[in-house]
Amino acid sequence: MLRAALSLLALPLAGAAEQPTQKPESLGEPLPGLELFRWQWHEVEAPYLVALWILVASLAKIVFHLSRKVTSLVPESCLLILLGLVLGGIVLAVAKKAEYQLEPGTFFLFLLPPIVLDSGYFMPSRLFFDNLGAILTYAVVGTLWNAFTTGAALWGLQQAGLVAPRVQAGLLDFLLFGSLISAVDPVAVLAVFEEVHVNETLFIIVFGESLLNDAVTVVLYKVCNSFVEMGSANVQATDYLKGVASLFVVSLGGAAVGLVFAFLLALTTRFTKRVRIIEPLLVFLLAYAAYLTAEMASLSAILAVTMCGLGCKKYVEANISHKSRTTVKYTMKTLASCAETVIFMLLGISAVDSSKWAWDSGLVLGTLIFILFFRALGVVLQTWVLNQFRLVPLDKIDQVVMSYGGLRGAVAFALVILLDRTKVPAKDYFVATTIVVVFFTVIVQGLTIKPLVKWLKVKRSEHHKPTLNQELHEHTFDHILAAVEDVVGHHGYHYWRDRWEQFDKKYLSQLLMRRSAYRIRDQIWDVYYRLNIRDAISFVDQGGHVLSSTGLTLPSMPSRNSMAETSVTNLLRESGSGACLDLQVIDTVRSGRDREDAVMHHLLCGGLYKPRRRYKASCSRHFISEDAQERQDKEVFQQNMKRRLESFKSTKHNICFTKSKPRPRKTGRRKDGVANAEATNGKPRDLGFQDTAAVILTVESEEEEEDSDSSETEKEDDEGIIFVARATSEVLQEGKVSGSLEVCPSPRIIPPSPTCAEKELPWKSGQGDLAVYVSSETTKIVPVDMQTGWNQSMSSLESLASPPCNQAPTLTCLPPHPRGAEEPQAPLYPPSDPHPSFAFPPSLAKAGRSHSESSADLPQQQELQPLMGHKDHTHLSPGTNSHWCIQFNRGSRL
Amino acid sequence: MGSRSSHAAVIPDVDSIRRETGFSQASLVRLHHRFQALDRNKKGYLSRMDLQQIGALAVNPLGDRIIESFFPNGSQRVDFPGFVRVLAHFRPVEDEDTDQDPKKPEPLNSRRNKLHYAFQLYDLDRDGKISRHEMLQVLRLMVGVQVTEEQLENIADRTVQEADEDGDGAVSFLEFTKSLEKMDVEQKMSIRILK
Repeated sequence: MLRAALSLLALPLAGAAEQPTQKPESLGEPLPGLELFRWQWHEVEAPYLVALWILVASLAKIVFHLSRKVTSLVPESCLLILLGLVLGGIVLAVAKKAEYQLEPGTFFLFLLPPIVLDSGYFMPSRLFFDNLGAILTYAVVGTLWNAFTTGAALWGLQQAGLVAPRVQAGLLDFLLFGSLISAVDPVAVLAVFEEVHVNETLFIIVFGESLLNDAVTVVLYKVCNSFVEMGSANVQATDYLKGVASLFVVSLGGAAVGLVFAFLLALTTRFTKRVRIIEPLLVFLLAYAAYLTAEMASLSAILAVTMCGLGCKKYVEANISHKSRTTVKYTMKTLASCAETVIFMLLGISAVDSSKWAWDSGLVLGTLIFILFFRALGVVLQTWVLNQFRLVPLDKIDQVVMSYGGLRGAVAFALVILLDRTKVPAKDYFVATTIVVVFFTVIVQGLTIKPLVKWLKVKRSEHHKPTLNQELHEHTFDHILAAVEDVVGHHGYHYWRDRWEQFDKKYLSQLLMRRSAYRIRDQIWDVYYRLNIRDAISFVDQGGHVLSSTGLTLPSMPSRNSMAETSVTNLLRESGSGACLDLQVIDTVRSGRDREDAVMHHLLCGGLYKPRRRYKASCSRHFISEDAQERQDKEVFQQNMKRRLESFKSTKHNICFTKSKPRPRKTGRRKDGVANAEATNGKPRDLGFQDTAAVILTVESEEEEEDSDSSETEKEDDEGIIFVARATSEVLQEGKVSGSLEVCPSPRIIPPSPTCAEKELPWKSGQGDLAVYVSSETTKIVPVDMQTGWNQSMSSLESLASPPCNQAPTLTCLPPHPRGAEEPQAPLYPPSDPHPSFAFPPSLAKAGRSHSESSADLPQQQELQPLMGHKDHTHLSPGTNSHWCIQFNRGSRL
Repeated sequence: MGSRSSHAAVIPDVDSIRRETGFSQASLVRLHHRFQALDRNKKGYLSRMDLQQIGALAVNPLGDRIIESFFPNGSQRVDFPGFVRVLAHFRPVEDEDTDQDPKKPEPLNSRRNKLHYAFQLYDLDRDGKISRHEMLQVLRLMVGVQVTEEQLENIADRTVQEADEDGDGAVSFLEFTKSLEKMDVEQKMSIRILK
């Protein structure tokens, strides 16, 4: 048995074929007793093979993309089909039997839905509805036209004797064939057009057509199929009428099913606040349910899923969390790309099976010519009519691309396989013809469409970043046009869109969106929000670079040698990057409230900044624009936050790994302080900028975060912004009260002029120091009611300082900060020190004391710093993670 | 068609209006019908009231401003040529519009004029600049209620700042045009039926 199984393993493909012969053998063997090792290929066979195929397809994709030259010339779909041919050939040679073909059932139930869902969900809805008229015309009229003309012409060809008489088919058979071969295939179109990058209008028309024509194809196919099965003699006039009626039933029914499920989906996601984790799953489940429901009711399933995706997106995206959004996006793309890959590969493999098809040159050639000709003719005729009504007419070049882009694909193949050979005697010929047509359109047209587009100088899509102005003015234009239509008294497209938007705002959004989501979904706000994030990221990134270089050249820095220098740089950068952001936001600010915005900016970038720095060594700049990277960073950040909160409770824990990495060379006290502050408020960037503000925030958010249980972190990235915006009002107040706000304008000036920075830096470094926060925190909060909170934070502060090396540098950094800030701190510190809840390690307690003692000796610090830095280096205890980071960071920096 | 051409004779100065606006005869006739329908008391001109009674305009956030745009320089009435002149901004750009000789005045539906129409909806005090305050007012109309006043101000600042090139804290028409450089204004500010 083992031997047999091993041979199976060696050749799983062949194994599937051999199994039946081997089973009896193994049964004949005597019972072996207890087996040490059992091989159970049969039990895992099906899923194993599925996984294996997907793996092969994915690996093939990777291989294709190794060479940029190949993929830029040849569309991936072509490569995959060719690979499928090769693999099919191998399977055929090994197993002597064609295996693993594209089964219509598998195709329609598993492979097609993800692709359609992906395209429906990410369909640019505005563009789609702007061109809905054209899309519908091409999808309905165009497909009908193609089906009937192709079918009729083939029949004419047969009558003319150009098709061999062994192809036994009547007019109805040819019409049936015409109906299945006429539909432009969404999978093929998407695969090719995504790589061609024609302009948006052209793309949406071809692609929208390919999606929406499914209803027509399904109806035509079913009607013709049943007519063929009934026999042409039995078809009555009412049947034709029923056929026409079913077109409406199937298409409108499919769309209705999709919209119902979209509604359900949107409604469900409104209530997932506490179970964020299932949000992505809900999206997939309900969309799939829509597909299956439509399929069950023999409505257009593709239309259902398209409408579901199209309809639900706005509300779902508003309701689900940021992370869920990313998950949905990536899972959808992954599934779709996976399905697409498998489809093309299986298509190639299926073509190898010669037992299924029979060749007739006349039929094949005739079909090829007819589908090309009638597609072109249909497009030209329809476009001529459409252009009478279109604001922007489709020109000749567009028409050429549209005609040529009518690719046929797996849908046609699956439909032709589904034909019943007893009812359609010419099935084998049809299969062969379909395969040739699919291969021709995907490979030949797919290969040539890119050069053609280039040669014809088709307007390409141009991608530009959204700006607030554009977004705002676009809205203005919409309103203007709607108003002008009102004035003119013509209820056109703009009128109805305006109506719909008002209805949506009044009822649908109220019903389907979370209350907190309204604002986020306002488009202008959305653009503003995204711009801010982008700015924050880019400026933080730039700021890090700019300041690390200027920091090196600053003469007023206490020391500039290896360790200390970088610590200063780090500190500098900390406040400096904040300054950069201010530049962007505050410079044009005229109202005090905009400072709030600035603070928000800081907090925002606080979320993004820390982990990013950690990556800086390993990733180049252009990675930063990537979504995945940002989100990942955010996630890492949140993980850290969680861990830090935990470290409150178990004081044994060391400093967080990732967070401490960015500035490991900071002197101990400072490091602890900042780390601690980060731990408590989660918005560390604020510290360098407005210390008092940070302190206030600290307490507040600490409360909040400790209240909320750890599962709430899921929510954090959505709600976090809002919370911050709320908190900042207090921030500002605090800032005004305390003198330390005076620093606030200064960082603004720093980045552009290094001289200015020189002047400001020592002062700033002092500001950035922990002692200030500690002091203000103590004065403000400890006496009142936050005693325990304070103690906690102090204890965690101490616990964070556990590496002994870190105590000494404390001394170095304390002096530069303003004395006024220190004074209140000193008296208050000792009382909190002996508090029973502390349990300091002796060394740390000493550190705490030395902290207050040393604060007086200003001059010492200058000489100490480099030394300490060195010490820091040598005393590293190898067990902790932070030390690894130190080394990592240094290697990258020096 | 016969009734239409006979109707066209009713419109005063059809030819000069056509020349100025570029509207086709049929469009002018349709617009004249509409004009008369809006003119409730057959007084031969439209007042603000006449336009305000269009139901959908009342809910349009920019409705008031658009009505105002029909009444330049604070006049109380708009006659048919004035009415058509405003609407001519939204005539689609056609091929014959582009190759006009430079001596002729720019057609009303040129990109520049379309943009200028939008611009003057923002520029309430007609000083040729969209100030921060004016931007804020528009934003208040356009952005949903859920956005707080502070956030609106931030957005307004950001918007002005984004377009403001000379740093005067306001958006001039030139800057306005520039900020929309990449947008297909000809297409987005046209209504197909106004040929």
